[in-house]
Amino acid sequence: MPEKAELARFEQMVLPHLGAAYNLARWLTGNNHDAEDVVQESYLRALKFFGGFRGENSRPWLLTIVRNTCFTWLRQNRFSEFTELDEQIHGREREPRNPESIMLAAAHSETVRKAIEALPPEFREVIILREMEDLSYKEISVIASIPVGTVMSRLARARSRLQELLSELMTRGVGA
Amino acid sequence: MNCREAQELIHGFVDSELGLVLNLEMERHMRECPGCSGTDERLHAMHTAVSDNSLYFQPPAGLEDRLRTRLRKVNSVEGRVWTLSPSWRGIGIAAALVLCIAGTWQIANTRQRSSITETIGQEVVASHVRSLMATHLTDVPSSDQHTVKPWFNGKLDFSPVVADFADRGFVLAGGRLDYLANRAVAALVYRRRQHVINLFTWPTSQRDMAIRAFDRLGYHALNWNKSHVTYWTVSDLNPEELRQFADMLRNHE
Repeated sequence: MPEKAELARFEQMVLPHLGAAYNLARWLTGNNHDAEDVVQESYLRALKFFGGFRGENSRPWLLTIVRNTCFTWLRQNRFSEFTELDEQIHGREREPRNPESIMLAAAHSETVRKAIEALPPEFREVIILREMEDLSYKEISVIASIPVGTVMSRLARARSRLQELLSELMTRGVGA
Repeated sequence: MNCREAQELIHGFVDSELGLVLNLEMERHMRECPGCSGTDERLHAMHTAVSDNSLYFQPPAGLEDRLRTRLRKVNSVEGRVWTLSPSWRGIGIAAALVLCIAGTWQIANTRQRSSITETIGQEVVASHVRSLMATHLTDVPSSDQHTVKPWFNGKLDFSPVVADFADRGFVLAGGRLDYLANRAVAALVYRRRQHVINLFTWPTSQRDMAIRAFDRLGYHALNWNKSHVTYWTVSDLNPEELRQFADMLRNHE
């Protein structure tokens, strides 16, 4: 178990990733209060397992714990919206009907936020880890415990779905 | 490269996950194909939109301080029981009460030791699983104990007991170095029919301890101390036969 020096080392290596931990937890839980709870719980777990951590890069290591804590939380608290991802249902990649109308660069960040929130959690997590955290497929595969090949296909589906959602939201925005 | 191939690889391309050769082929295709380069542009635009700073949630003010306080509290002996998972909290509370009443170091140490053991148990199972996944089950593949034992010379600060129970169906398959509980340990590999058994040993200052069982992720692990050596054995073998293996080791010599 961690002694004083071990705790100091833990604080030095793992606390700097609080921002990444909070961002992921906030996106997955959907609110500040639960995100903070999940982050605190994750750090306590991380401290407990810190003795077994021998890697170089503590950010993906911490995010794995945050991710697992989030999914446990989702299963307990958001069971209705949480369904095991059926790759088949979400599987088909479709080209958006009118790509020209989708000026992503011009999309208001509020619209992008709504679209990301509307993604299933498994899609949301790969989008956060790849687009916001810039993690490699290998790191994402460890964090989400899926094979590297699945990371690419899931990202493809997640992006395709995100594009559809953005398209819907923007069309609605224009129509309103 | 045609468009179908390019579309299959385009996410890997955008994410810089393709090797040099594929990357060059993709770049060439992008120059020639307006359709695919349009997809490429859209994906980059999406990245720009999603990675916008305004979408990155900043931790609330004071969270870092609250976290530091909590970590320090948990790190002190009386708070440590709270690091256990929720299902253990009830036991944790009971243990904390006992602590308050008895107020002795002895109990605190026992409590601490058992959660250390739990952590090592998890490490042992993880190490066993890793040894099966990688092509690194043994550093010294040999069924001869007189080959395996000397191999550890100079690699460890102790000489592990290497026993062979081939006559009783537990065949020595080799040994390797592993790292557990923050130290280098000896890992011996045995086979029982199709099952692999890992046996980890290292010196301990603790007294002799009877066999304790841990189950995790479908693996069984047994732990005991004898003559200032800690033994951990882990396998997917059925618990009875693993126990038989442990008993043979305990009675060895």
